[in-house]
Amino acid sequence: MTSYFKYSVDSDGISSIVIDQPNSAANVMDQQFIDGFKEAVNKAIGDDAVKGVVISSAKTSFIAGADLKVLEASLYEKKDPEDYFKKCFDFSSFLRKIELSGKTFVAAIDGAALGGGFEIALACHARIVSDKKGIMVGLPEVGVGLLPGGGGTQRYLRMLGVEKSLPLLLQGSQLNAKKALDAGLITQIVTSDDLLKVAKQWILDNPAAKQPWDKEKYQIPGGSSPMQPNIAQFFVGTNAAVQASTQHNLPAPRAILSCIYEGMQLPMDTALRVECKYFVKLNLDPVSGNMIRTIFLNKSEADKLSRRPQNVEKKKHEKIGVIGAGLMGAGVAYVAAQSGIEVFLIDRDLAAAEKGKSYAENKMKRDLEKGRIKEEKIAEILGRIHPTTDYANLSQVSLVVEAVFEDRDVKAEVYKKSAEHMRKDAVMASNTSALPISGLAQTYFNPAQFIGLHFFSPVERMPLVEIIKGQQTSPETLAYAMDFVGQLRKTPILVNDSRGFFTSRFFGAMINEGVTMVSEGVSPALIEQAAKSAGMAIGPLAVSDEVGLDLAHHAGKQAQKDLGPDYKPGSSLAVITTLVEKNERFGRKNGKGFYEYAADGTKAIWPGLHSIWKLKDEAAQPSLSEVKERLLFSQLVDAAKCFAEKVIDHPADGDVGACLGVGFPIYLGGPYSMMDTLGLDHVIQRCDQLAKNFGEDRFGVPDSLRVMAKNKKTFYGPTSVLLTS
Amino acid sequence: MSEVFIYDHVRTPRGKGKSDGVLHEITPIQLATQTLERVRDRNKLDTKLLEDIIFGCVVAVGEQGGNITRIAALNAGYDQSVPGVQVNRYCASGLEAVNMAAAKIMAGQADAAIGGGVESMSRVPMGADGGAWALDPDVAFNTHFIMQGISADLLATKYGYTRQDCDAYAAESHRRASHAWKNGYFDRSVIAIKDVIGLDIASRDETIRPETTVDTLSALKPSFAMMGQKAGFNTIAQQVYPLVEKIHHVHHAGNSSGIVDGAAAVLLGNRELGDKLGIKPRARIRSFTSIGSEPTIMLTGPSFAAERALKRAGMSAADIDLWELNEAFSAVVLRFMDAMAVPHDRMNVNGGAIAMGHPLGATGAMILGTLLDEMERRQVSTGLATLCVGAGMGTATIIERI
Repeated sequence: MTSYFKYSVDSDGISSIVIDQPNSAANVMDQQFIDGFKEAVNKAIGDDAVKGVVISSAKTSFIAGADLKVLEASLYEKKDPEDYFKKCFDFSSFLRKIELSGKTFVAAIDGAALGGGFEIALACHARIVSDKKGIMVGLPEVGVGLLPGGGGTQRYLRMLGVEKSLPLLLQGSQLNAKKALDAGLITQIVTSDDLLKVAKQWILDNPAAKQPWDKEKYQIPGGSSPMQPNIAQFFVGTNAAVQASTQHNLPAPRAILSCIYEGMQLPMDTALRVECKYFVKLNLDPVSGNMIRTIFLNKSEADKLSRRPQNVEKKKHEKIGVIGAGLMGAGVAYVAAQSGIEVFLIDRDLAAAEKGKSYAENKMKRDLEKGRIKEEKIAEILGRIHPTTDYANLSQVSLVVEAVFEDRDVKAEVYKKSAEHMRKDAVMASNTSALPISGLAQTYFNPAQFIGLHFFSPVERMPLVEIIKGQQTSPETLAYAMDFVGQLRKTPILVNDSRGFFTSRFFGAMINEGVTMVSEGVSPALIEQAAKSAGMAIGPLAVSDEVGLDLAHHAGKQAQKDLGPDYKPGSSLAVITTLVEKNERFGRKNGKGFYEYAADGTKAIWPGLHSIWKLKDEAAQPSLSEVKERLLFSQLVDAAKCFAEKVIDHPADGDVGACLGVGFPIYLGGPYSMMDTLGLDHVIQRCDQLAKNFGEDRFGVPDSLRVMAKNKKTFYGPTSVLLTS
Repeated sequence: MSEVFIYDHVRTPRGKGKSDGVLHEITPIQLATQTLERVRDRNKLDTKLLEDIIFGCVVAVGEQGGNITRIAALNAGYDQSVPGVQVNRYCASGLEAVNMAAAKIMAGQADAAIGGGVESMSRVPMGADGGAWALDPDVAFNTHFIMQGISADLLATKYGYTRQDCDAYAAESHRRASHAWKNGYFDRSVIAIKDVIGLDIASRDETIRPETTVDTLSALKPSFAMMGQKAGFNTIAQQVYPLVEKIHHVHHAGNSSGIVDGAAAVLLGNRELGDKLGIKPRARIRSFTSIGSEPTIMLTGPSFAAERALKRAGMSAADIDLWELNEAFSAVVLRFMDAMAVPHDRMNVNGGAIAMGHPLGATGAMILGTLLDEMERRQVSTGLATLCVGAGMGTATIIERI
């Protein structure tokens, strides 16, 4: 076993522990790390000649945090609370041993120190950080449903006080060195060259250092009692704000609040034990596993372009074309230019193309006002966007994003004009959100070079791109499209062609269910509240209004035209048709939808709904949990169908797409994670009941799901259906 | 089971519960002490006959802390054989104290006792006692804690009471309280509080504004709108009441109970006590109860408490001649009158806490006394006093004149 730690003692009696994990770009906290760390630290503590210890890293980061593979495996192992607590508390107690050792420990930080790495640094008596650009420190655990269980909450609390520590912990803030120094989380910032020298000097200046909380008469900054009026008020307010914002769905912020509330009333050693118990509790909760899997593991995989065909050489796009300078086209041009790509932004007339460019300008002006960007940078980015009407420019590009009106004839015309100029190896990508890709590809001269790139609005803020592979899309085309998404630093998911692809139809299933309930006389307020309570940002009725009821109506008509006798109208279409055709309610755009919109920007459910669809009596209204279940399960069934129909090959694509693209609650990890969490037997049993009560069309599960359940398969983990099929 | 009778009751005037209130210089122990002195002296009560004193006090910390009842009894020179205990049923503490004292007598475990309460809200502010409910994150989450004012607005929204309805009720409370004072309806029970040199510092309730109208109230801004919308309390309320599309913030300082200082005491005993003291019992306690109700809307408890007290007494709402319900918020009373079909002209006929204030620990004993005085003035037989209580409770007591 090679050690991760290089140990030495100099003539001043200063020990250096340099973390340098062999054959790895970063130091990763696996079991070998922990064992080696303890061994090195114990050696220093046991050596009378050692006055103090400098802990530093030989890598570009201090400690990178948990090992992904270990983390992934741990999602599927059954954890015994007692054993798990022992293991976790062993590490927390060891950090406590460092601060009580009687020797001075200093962390010399020359790269990112986040999570567990920063917790080690916090247990040191000082944290000296180099002024190297981009160093971030912080405890971001809350983002994956956890809390810092190695003393992080208690040391933040004791260093900063309640009112400063809680926001940092609840938001999982990562701070640059300057902000960390201002906040009081680090001791000093020095040049990279001076880092070790200053760290050693700090030890010589502070022999046998003690943490403030281990000195007599220590008080938590701002007060140690939650009953102190200002702190009491802070807790009342924060408890409410977190209940409201998490809708009682996220256990981690709640546990962090408890760690601070209980920890401030306890001596350090007991407080650390309580913190560790809350940490274990979160680890036993499926929420953290689902969040880790989807937004840490699976998203990281997607960001590494794991679905890209391996044997195609990587392509760096230098110049692209964007056709259609509306909201989506302008957004794509903006993010491409931000990523250093030259963009020809084409529209029918120059004014429209220029207007598309001004979208980027306006967005960046706002950033300038907030000090997030410099003038020169804006000029540089805008300089890459070339508004034009001339398709001849496309001879220079390696990829074109088509973002024109959702009409086959209009698009076909654009493809024809583009084909006259485009290079043979260039990719044509449609940003359509509704029209099947394989059909569109037929109107392009080479369907193999045609693909769907479904961006989300606003493009500069939404992290997801849904890549739709048409029947004839070549591996090269897919690879180059993925390279483009990678250059934009967005997360791609790969889906196969289907009406509504994955995200649109999956999101539509929830909206359809919500709207259907209106026709049953379920209270619209209840429907909207249930969606929020489930963790969605906006209810199905409000989102229908935002998208436009007339558009939904139009899409229904289009589908009917396309599919002919195969067309099966959704259960909600009658509601939409009535509102659009008989009541001229088109949604937010004309101030009339499920809601009525007042001039002052407020909205209220349109009471006229109840004259059309009689509202059930209060006693006959379903419960909140029933409505929630219908909304969520309608999506589970659709996800199961997408998997059965091979729209989704990998559950990871569906989960990442659902959470990052269309607001599926992250605490559930996505529909496939949710089904694994609930257990397929339970999902099927509930769906069968819902199908009986409300309709086979929305709740009838595909046979393949029953087969999975019968064979005790799951979507993820050691029993994953992917491993055997 | 022994019968239990009310022999007498006294209350202090209610002083504005702020640093410029008339009673602010009077310590809470003095409010309790002087109340105990007066109920003893005017009944020539040999305090050896008492077997307990139970006082409500909600924020029992600081100078209201420890066991304020026992200390007040010693301070008032009561015989040292008389014990004392402090109880907290939030806003109904004063009535709960009376009920507990009555229960001892009914159970035959005491012959005479005093129930009452004290609260100096100007000196020991609300919330100074902390508590797990709002502060402990685990508890606040588990119970969907929201501020009581949001509960009041939720109640008004759910049952359709408008700002206008609530303001009209509030204006009427001031008119009635003012009328009652003018005509001396409170004279028999309200005792003057004396300062250090023995001068009367207060003899009238301080917060009544007879000139109040719906118009004058219309300028007041809703008290809980910011907290509800910005701090997230409305969202929490809607998590529990998902049929409520939007909470309307109708309550403000003018249609909610006032923050005041005050104390009250009710002398209770079995029939023999009257014989020993040579005084006549004024009313019999027919029944009493406390109940728990849904804690987020929090303030619907009184009708459930009233119903159970009525059932225990073998009565129905129609058998009650006169009602007192603590005016915590306008909507609480409006809802109760609808739920129980009680006409406004038999409810809080001399005004209530919106006009005169709500000294948390004492109010329950005060409104029971107000009820009895008015029953005597009107020569009616039965009355019911009730209060809504924090965390979703209700307390009610039915009395009957002899």
